[in-house]
Amino acid sequence: MGAEIRHVAREEWAATVRALRDEGYLMLTDLTAVDYLSHGNRVLPDDVVPERFEVVAGVLDLNERRRLRLRAQVPAAEPRIESLFAVHPGAEALEREVFDMFGITFDGHPDLTRILMPEDWEGYPLRKDYAIGRIPVQFKAAPR
Amino acid sequence: MSPPTGKGLEGLNHNFLTGTVEDVVKWARRNSVWPATFGLACCAIEMMATGAAHYDLSRFGMEVFRASPRQADLMIVAGRVSQKMAPVLRQVYDQMMEPKWVISMGVCASSGGMFNNYAIVQGVDQIVPVDVYAPGCPPNPQTLIHAILTLHELIRTGEITKRRAGTGAGAGFELGHSHAPEPSHVTISAGSR
Repeated sequence: MGAEIRHVAREEWAATVRALRDEGYLMLTDLTAVDYLSHGNRVLPDDVVPERFEVVAGVLDLNERRRLRLRAQVPAAEPRIESLFAVHPGAEALEREVFDMFGITFDGHPDLTRILMPEDWEGYPLRKDYAIGRIPVQFKAAPR
Repeated sequence: MSPPTGKGLEGLNHNFLTGTVEDVVKWARRNSVWPATFGLACCAIEMMATGAAHYDLSRFGMEVFRASPRQADLMIVAGRVSQKMAPVLRQVYDQMMEPKWVISMGVCASSGGMFNNYAIVQGVDQIVPVDVYAPGCPPNPQTLIHAILTLHELIRTGEITKRRAGTGAGAGFELGHSHAPEPSHVTISAGSR
């Protein structure tokens, strides 16, 4: 889509986005994640070590008319990354969705709870090793 | 039989029917099944068409879709039930008065249909006991009316009541007289008079 891609280290995630915001990328257009469970040997720059998850964010500079896509590698053993809430408050719901669907924790998020699935749901549906089809009903009781 | 006398009793000898109380109750229940408003998806459009003038559910005494589950006898689950909707559905069902019935309308409510994924309950019978399944995607008004008439027949013959008593389905308690005292057996002998 003509966007420039920049790979960001997990530890510098929030600082990078903050610097970009101060540089002119004022708008966070999207934040999501990808599960590369069976794509460990995908093509990446030489200095980037592939991990199972990638958190992807898109930022937009309206004045200069430029977009930037940021990608951060997140290991399956420790699926957590810094929250962007302090930089872009609009990331609140997006990070909750990533947490709900992929089980990636965002450090510094004010209210990291499930947003789409029921609050007592077990499992993260968009992980590639999640069951396909005929997912058991986890309904326990009607609210009292 | 001598003609009854008294004001208002003229013609009594040919103006009434006899029957068991049970049959009269079943007849009354069958002819005024009030559905709860529970449209969830595109099936609800067909359900509304069924209730509207062309198909005219009022022929069966069913045109009153109640917004309150307290006043409804029948829940027509019209559409796919999401996992988050499941507790709400069960709560509405629990709030309905006995006797109550459930029609699972369309393949989504019956089996999940084309939504074979984590978001949709794969069959509403895992949440509430279903009496009649209406097939189709969505079922057209004729199919829904057929399902309703099937339910009416089950109510009229008492099949549902028998099955509920056997399985304990319903809102966790049986229909009938399980709490009524045992009939007392009194032996009257000639000497005790």
